[in-house]
Parts: sequence; C-alpha cells; structure tokens
Amino acid sequence: METRNDIVSANDQHDGHHAPGEHDGDGHVGHVHGHIAPRRPTREQLQHIQGWGADLDRKDRPGVPMERTPPRFIHVPDSDPVPQEQHVEVLVSTERPGRTPLFGSVQPPSGLSGAIRRLAFKSTENDVRHWLLLLLADRVNMVEGIGEDLAKGKVPNILAEMGIKSELKHNPAGLAKKVAIGAAVVGAACYLMKRRDRNYR
Amino acid sequence: MLAMNYRGPYRVRADHKPDPVIEHPGDAIVRVTRACICGSDLHLYHGLVPDTRVGHTFGHEFIGVVEEVGASVQNLKVGDKVLVPFNIFCGSCTLCQSELFGNCHNTNAQATAVGAIYGYSHTAGGYDGGQAEYVRVPMADVGPMVIPDDIHDDDAVLLTDALPTGYQAAEMGDIKEGDTVVVFGAGPVGIFAAKSAWLMGAGRVIVVDEIEYRLEFVKRYAQCEIVNFKEVRDMALHIKKMTDWVGADVCIDAVGCEAAGNTMQTITGVYTMMQAGSATVLHWCINSVRKGGNVSIVGVYGPTFNAVPIGNALNKGLTLRMNQASVRRHLPRLIEHIRAGRIDPKQIITHRVPLEEVSDAYHIFSSKLDNCIKTILIPPRANEVRAVKASVQH
Repeated sequence: METRNDIVSANDQHDGHHAPGEHDGDGHVGHVHGHIAPRRPTREQLQHIQGWGADLDRKDRPGVPMERTPPRFIHVPDSDPVPQEQHVEVLVSTERPGRTPLFGSVQPPSGLSGAIRRLAFKSTENDVRHWLLLLLADRVNMVEGIGEDLAKGKVPNILAEMGIKSELKHNPAGLAKKVAIGAAVVGAACYLMKRRDRNYR
Repeated sequence: MLAMNYRGPYRVRADHKPDPVIEHPGDAIVRVTRACICGSDLHLYHGLVPDTRVGHTFGHEFIGVVEEVGASVQNLKVGDKVLVPFNIFCGSCTLCQSELFGNCHNTNAQATAVGAIYGYSHTAGGYDGGQAEYVRVPMADVGPMVIPDDIHDDDAVLLTDALPTGYQAAEMGDIKEGDTVVVFGAGPVGIFAAKSAWLMGAGRVIVVDEIEYRLEFVKRYAQCEIVNFKEVRDMALHIKKMTDWVGADVCIDAVGCEAAGNTMQTITGVYTMMQAGSATVLHWCINSVRKGGNVSIVGVYGPTFNAVPIGNALNKGLTLRMNQASVRRHLPRLIEHIRAGRIDPKQIITHRVPLEEVSDAYHIFSSKLDNCIKTILIPPRANEVRAVKASVQH
C-alpha cells in the first residue's frame, strides 16, 4: 500500500526507514519511537494547497457557533406558517401534539401497505416496532405496485427499471458473471429437487 | 409531467404523473433545470429507509426556474432562477430561529427524528423531490435562493447539498491549524469535506475509500493523501501508524449506512437490516481518532439503532458531532469560495443524463460504473424558457 503525502515525505527530517505516512510492503508505516505527538507541517509547507487556511479563523465559519439567534441569511417570517389545508390522509407521529403547519401530501397510505403504515403510526418513533412495520409496509407496497401496473395493462419492465442497459454497456463481464451465477444456482436447485423426487419414489 | 418514480428496491423509472400544485400560500412551483442523484438517494434506492412509498419521486439536490408562486410569496417572482436547499424549513420555529434549518420542527408531520427533506421518503416528510420536470417548493420565501448571475448552474446545483454538507462536516470537526483530518468516503461529500478541511487549516488530509478511481480523483482534486482500505489489514491501526501512533485529530464519516469493509457489519446492517445500516465507518472513526479528538458524522443512518463502540468514545474523551447540513447559512461563504477560485465544485460532475434514462443513471451511480462520481439529471423541459428567449432575440 502506498500513500501519497507530498508534504510529509518532502519534509521528512528523521532518519528512520520510512517517513511518517510512508508504508513498507508489509503495511507498516514509519514512525519516530518516543514521539507522542505527530509533527505538524508549517504554513510555508502548506502554501501550495489551494485556499489553505481561508477559514482558519472561526469567525469565517458560518456554523460557528452552532446556534445563532436571530438567524442570518433568510427572510425571517413574522410568525409560524398558516396551516396547510389537508385533502388527503397524512399520518402523524405520535410524538407530536398534532399535524405540522406544513406537510407532504404525496402518496397517501392505501391498500394493505397503508393499513400496516396506520398500525405503525400507533406506536411511537421510540418503539422499534414502528420502523419495522414501516419497512414491512414498504415491501408489501412493492408488490402492490406491480399489481397496480398490471391492473393498468402495463407489464413492468423490471430489468429495464434496474438499469440492465447500463450494466450491459459498462459492465458486460460483471453481467455475464451474474447470469452465470444465477444459472448455476437455479440449475443446482433444479438438480436437488429432481434428486429429492427420485428418492421419494 | 415526467418524473422519477420509485417502484421498489433497485427499481426506478421515468413516468408521467400529475403536475404539482400550490397547496399552501407560501408555496412555489419550480421547473427543474438540473437535479443530482445524491449518495444518500442510494439508501432509498436500496430500500433501506423506512416509509419509502412506491410512486415517490426522489431528488433533494436541484435548481430551477420559478413557474408559479402562492398568494403570500413576496421574495420570489415567476422567472427567478433558484437553487433550493435540500432542507424544507419554516424559518420561524425555535430550531430555525437558531439557524438549525435542517432540523425544522414545522414541516415534517410524520417523524420527529428528522427534519423535512425533498424526495426523501415519508419519514422525511412525504414531499416529492426534484428529479422531475416540476416540484412543489414549500416556504418559498425562506428556503430557495436566487442564483447570482456569476454562479454557474452546475456549481449552483452542488450548493443545494453536497458542498454545504462536506463543508459542514469539516466545520463540525472543529479543525485547528495543522490538524490531521481523516475523511472516510471519497464520494462527492467526502471530496468536498477534504477540500474544506484545507480551508480550515488542516495540516494533513487523508481520504479513505475502496474505489480506486475515486481515490485518484480526490487525490488530484483535493491535494490529499489517499488510502484504499481493501489494501489495509486494520483501518484504525493503519491510521495510528500514519499519525505517529497517536491517531487523527479529526475523523469524518462521509459514508453512512452502506459502508463496506466489515463483513459482519454488512450482513447485520445491510443484508438483514438487524441494525440501521452498517456501522463500519463509525467504528473506524471512533477507533482511529486520537484521545480527545473530534468525530464528525454526515453519513446517513436509519432511525432504529446501530452497534457502535460508544464506550471507546467515552473513555477517549471524544467529541461526536453530527447533523444534516443547515444549507442556507453556508451559502454566502461558499459562494465567496467559488468566486475566489478556492473551490470549483462542478469538476466532480462526471455524468449528465436525460431524466428519461433515470433507471440507468441510478444503476451507474449505485454500481459505480463508468468512473461515476456525480450524476446530473436533465429534465426534458430544462431549457424551455431559454429556447423561447433565444427565438425572441432572433
């Protein structure tokens, strides 16, 4: 393994076998025995770094301190936003007193996945069952999505949706390998099933 | 309109769906001219984020042109070219009043565990995202910023998330002059975190990843050292050796829940979802940083739980800082950096793909094919107004 540190290797002062940050073939890196603090490059040694130190002064860092009141850089509204009108079902975290003034209204819960999501929203976010039920609902929703496509007379082109064209173009060897592994797994499964059937006769 | 449409893990397509409408007097409708695929979109794409519903449109990094405004919008007008921070925030709640715009308490009804984000599941509010021809932008007076004339559109779209997140990662590391900073992850956020570490006066910047082409890019772009973790037996030991056995002053997690590098973490965190993603990089950060050092986390994890060596963090006296980027407050300074030539964000863009080919774009980005670092999706109506203007001029 090789690392590239122009700063350290170019300015290495000690006479060990390896410069700090420089590796030997065994993955070991040179160091100075007895030193407990790594040496730091000088400003001159860092001059070639584009923009070095432009925000060294914390006053130039917009997120320091972490919290600032009143907020800068935005048009601060006079009050909380007026509540958005609700036209679709929106599930609300039980860890809130109610709906937020603004909310997303796309893909409202529906079908079996919707029922599972409603169940999930009976538990708090602090309860891991809330999240596990939502993940379950997502998987059910995926099957529902295929059903919706078929109901509209559209057969989903799953391979195209997974980007098979780009795989074929940019990674044909990888695709061939995946196909070969898939074929081997299916072949092995068929063989084992046939053998089991023979044994039962 | 045409929009990206999620159909299940690893399955997306471009589909027609109804145009978004003004739902609140503070809303605007923006016609998208560029939308990126973000590394954190891949967590959705891989089905790891709870409450990601079929039919959802992803995309929290986008710019566009204002097409319509709600009755109470005063600071934006139709025709304005805007960049839209990925956070949806009200500007008036206690958190927004403290400039924690990524943690707004007024825009996500469905979870208190996260603020609202465009196109990032119903756990993040249930708003459709910008990988579409049009998008609903709530609180249009507060969130979006009119793009200055001298800022290139490709730079502007990277100012909506990737660059501010990378910058904030470095900022949360509280870097002091001469510090050794290790950035885990050479994706767009990691690349910008490395670049930002230099701005804050780092003495060494080391980027760790397993994808060789990305390491080569970040080495050139951010003038940093690189380590391919596949060639290292133990990451923490390796960093100790690289830092005279002390450890790095600052470690940054710019990877999140799909980190490779530890089979057991991958099995429990990604394949079986027994924890909220693989905690490999959290382990590496905590165990590679020096005693009393800082760990900054911007990699995304799920809402359940992760097995992390918190005892080591305690015993080493570490400071752990993490957050979604508060994009809006970083924009003025980052624009200064772009103008001064200290950062050229658009250099990381490797792919421009028509929105119609979104399935392939996601697969290329997810599988890291064709040396992909950052992909921009271009909706079919991206250049509509310009074309009209051009015809008028002629």
